[in-house]
Amino acid sequence: MKNQEPNFSYIESLSGGDVAFRARLLEVLKSELPVEIADFKSLIRDHKFDKAAELVHKMKHKMALLAMDGAYELAVRFENELSEGNPELLSDFNGILEKMTTFLSRLTKI
Amino acid sequence: MNCIIIDDEQTSRVILSQLCAQQEDLHVVGEFANAIQAIKYLNQEEVDLIFLDIHMPDFSGFDFIQTLKLPPRIILTTSDTSLALDAFEYECIVDYVVKPVTLARFEKAVQKARAFVPTTTSSTVTVPKAKSGISDKFFYVNIDRTLIKIDTDFVNVIEAKGDYILIKTQAKEYRVHSTLKKILDKLPVDQFLQVHRSYVINLMRIVDIEDNSILIEKDVIPISRSKRPELMRRLDLL
Repeated sequence: MKNQEPNFSYIESLSGGDVAFRARLLEVLKSELPVEIADFKSLIRDHKFDKAAELVHKMKHKMALLAMDGAYELAVRFENELSEGNPELLSDFNGILEKMTTFLSRLTKI
Repeated sequence: MNCIIIDDEQTSRVILSQLCAQQEDLHVVGEFANAIQAIKYLNQEEVDLIFLDIHMPDFSGFDFIQTLKLPPRIILTTSDTSLALDAFEYECIVDYVVKPVTLARFEKAVQKARAFVPTTTSSTVTVPKAKSGISDKFFYVNIDRTLIKIDTDFVNVIEAKGDYILIKTQAKEYRVHSTLKKILDKLPVDQFLQVHRSYVINLMRIVDIEDNSILIEKDVIPISRSKRPELMRRLDLL
């Protein structure tokens, strides 16, 4: 079973103990993701699925950064289907976004 | 090697910048959230290596490469695994790294860039023209922060107007902050000729020529005395 839960394993492997880098990366993640989620939801509401798929493309990279392998695979499928006008995986994808948001919001002190 | 990073995601730029910082010979001299900013920078500065995201809104990494007359070494970074074959059509692309980038994979790509020697005899790396000839068929101009693609075949005349040039195509006129010299560098040399200090013309669009002027569509373009011999040499006279 591939991992759906966010964790720091990838970020740790990159940082090599560089605390400042780790803090900066998480800070950027925390600021970028909510904007992308808001834009994504707005595009879904407007049924602009091809544009929404572009944001899924961006957000799936963030899933990889949080080592969410299973979520990443679902996002790849969702991106492909959404670009063809099929939002069937939306509910699953929203669930992943929620997990990421909760995870990042708990990082009060990085 | 001086390098720049072009990626619309700040997280990617932060990661690549960190990875570059771990290599003694890599110096990040610029980070850009879109290709337009990078093109502006590269109009002024030269770099040895570009880390380039393919998947960017409005202007893809491939579009960006097409705008470069003399592209440096490029390492593509992308979450999209399906474009690798397209990527290696470009001689300047030395590697294709799938995100999320790991340190080992990054180091391997940089090693390829260090060892990269273009197969052409020129010391510069070139965009392939054999595939479609596309790089000679169009160029981009920056107007109000939008890059507009202009097909060279549809350009009639380019006129210098102080700090600007006026690009007159069959359908429209574009006022661009540039010089005739800069635009000439982007145009196919066999198709365009400067016939006057203020005018470059598309030789394919000439209607007729009188002693000191050329008619192109409805525009009468003066010919400098010094440019006339070159013009006559380039015309296919009976």
